[in-house]
Amino acid sequence: MERSFGWKSLNQERIVLAIAIGLFAVASVGLPGFLTAGNLVAILRSVSVLGILSLGMAVVIIGRGIDLSIVAVMAMSVAWYLQMLGNGVADLTAFALALAGVLAIGLVNGFLVAYAEVPAIFVTLASGSFVFGYVRSQLIAQDAVPVPHGHWVEALGQMRLASIPPEVFLFAGLAFVAFLFLRFTRWGRFVYYAGDNPVAARNIGIPVRPMLVLRYVISALAAFVSGLLTAASLQSINSRVVNSTLLYDIVLVAVIGGIGLSGGKGGVRNVLYGAALIGIMLNTMTIIDIPLLYQNLIKSTILLAAIIFDGVINPRDEQTAQQGDI
Amino acid sequence: MKFAKLILGAVAIAASLLTAPAAMADDPGPAAYSAALSGKRVLLVPLAMGFDLAQGWSAILKREVEAFGGTFETRDPNWSTEAGAQALTEAISSDPHPDVLVVMSPDLNSYAKILKKAQDSGIYVILIDNPANFPADAYVGSDWNKLGQLEAEAVIKGCGDGSSKKIALIQGDEVNATSLYQYAGIAKILESHPDFTVVAKPDSNWDATNARNAATTVLQQNPDICGIIDFWDGDATGTSAAIRDAGLAGKVFLVTTGGGEKTADCATLEDGTYGAVVMTDLARESGDMVAMIKYLLQSGQKPGTASPYIYTLLKATTKADLKPDTCWDLKALQAAAGN
Repeated sequence: MERSFGWKSLNQERIVLAIAIGLFAVASVGLPGFLTAGNLVAILRSVSVLGILSLGMAVVIIGRGIDLSIVAVMAMSVAWYLQMLGNGVADLTAFALALAGVLAIGLVNGFLVAYAEVPAIFVTLASGSFVFGYVRSQLIAQDAVPVPHGHWVEALGQMRLASIPPEVFLFAGLAFVAFLFLRFTRWGRFVYYAGDNPVAARNIGIPVRPMLVLRYVISALAAFVSGLLTAASLQSINSRVVNSTLLYDIVLVAVIGGIGLSGGKGGVRNVLYGAALIGIMLNTMTIIDIPLLYQNLIKSTILLAAIIFDGVINPRDEQTAQQGDI
Repeated sequence: MKFAKLILGAVAIAASLLTAPAAMADDPGPAAYSAALSGKRVLLVPLAMGFDLAQGWSAILKREVEAFGGTFETRDPNWSTEAGAQALTEAISSDPHPDVLVVMSPDLNSYAKILKKAQDSGIYVILIDNPANFPADAYVGSDWNKLGQLEAEAVIKGCGDGSSKKIALIQGDEVNATSLYQYAGIAKILESHPDFTVVAKPDSNWDATNARNAATTVLQQNPDICGIIDFWDGDATGTSAAIRDAGLAGKVFLVTTGGGEKTADCATLEDGTYGAVVMTDLARESGDMVAMIKYLLQSGQKPGTASPYIYTLLKATTKADLKPDTCWDLKALQAAAGN
């Protein structure tokens, strides 16, 4: 018997979108000052950097991996860059060095996962700790590294187009690029094939291993861009962010939007839905003045619910699941 | 004969008079001081070594401890309570163990048992900057309630009579004593100023991005706010970014607290980012720590005998109060300490 219509047609993505729209509607009516242009820009802005990081994470997760080094790369690459500027290194040299460092971490992550076949969760956990520890102890003097006065990163932070800050445009732009990549390029489609069934993907001739390396490089670059935007907006970068809950928030945005952790599913749309829900939720909780501990409780409960729901409607594929999967 | 005796007597008296001053100049102080202090080990465990106050304390303590012939070490838990607890446990069980632990506690209770164990093994414990529910051999640092009161008075003055009298608080978190006591101090002053209202009091979790997002929302909701108190200059950079982005620079009086480091506090008071900063007098605070270390090591008292509070004098500094020596310069201090 064919199930024509049931609760399963309500997939996680649609549920999250429905909750986000519902919350938005309730807040618009119930909270004075919520539905104003300024507040909407504030919501967009508050999730832009998170969104860019989640895009990088999404590309990795769709290919059946995870990148736990993303926050360390984001904070430490930019902290090192700014420290070099503070020490009087020429801007171009400093930028090239920082970028080279970021690419190197992406390549090492990808190489270890793809060729040494170490599970991604261990590789990136270790490389994240290494990046943080090495840069913090050897390359920078303090947790917080300021942006030098008159530097382009400072100018970037003060730039406004129609009173909208640059990170919103960059998030929109990168989301569009990621969408085009995943949907319309051959290599983008390969990400799904490799994530859904790596062995089959390899058998039909997809360069699975080099593709894997590429995905970790993409997420490292997304981290670098996010770090520069964070520094632009705060006029400094603080390495303490590595110890914060940001990493969980990134996974939260990706997973809650409906990107299955078992790979091969989801896309940019899911990141946007996840980011929308988190942004609206955090904004309303701040307006209502809910204490931080409760905010964390509410956030984590929603993540847990999303993961359980994901487990029910996207059961693991016994034929292709392997040890070391996340 | 008689004359000879007289001469001898006179010589003897003269000799005794001559040698007497030499005996009186033999001050017992330095020997006792050196016996009690030289070779003693002092260990500093702050929340992290990566922020201005910790680096300032460390530079001054290092200079002083090495000057009396002791050894000075630091451990960097890097904001992790577990790592800090582990560093303390290892220090207590090491042989020889440190003689004095200088500890900045992450919250009211986490380290209480470990520090009790330290005292039981004969180690003096000095708590610094963050109070804890533990009878340390001394607490050296701010009276956070008083600090909150000074912040509230500064923001009331900064807002002025003709203002909206609406203020917001960007708190730290809900476990750290500095955040809890600071809030209590602010609330105490606001009680006697019922015309002032707190429109929002989100937590930043000491993170600048959180502070910016929270402050942005608060300013969206209440654009007529006249002042904000941010509980730490480490995340007030985020709050000030939110004020700047909202185009309210110069209209919202931002009060915060910090270690009084030049780039963190004085430069930002100078350029108007902060309206007032309640500063810790680093040299005085570190000097108090040094005095307590020297006292305890010579006192012969058992660790845990007394637990005095050595509060550092606090002052809300505004741009008008700035003098060339108001702040201290981390780079210069580190260069002078040779680290």
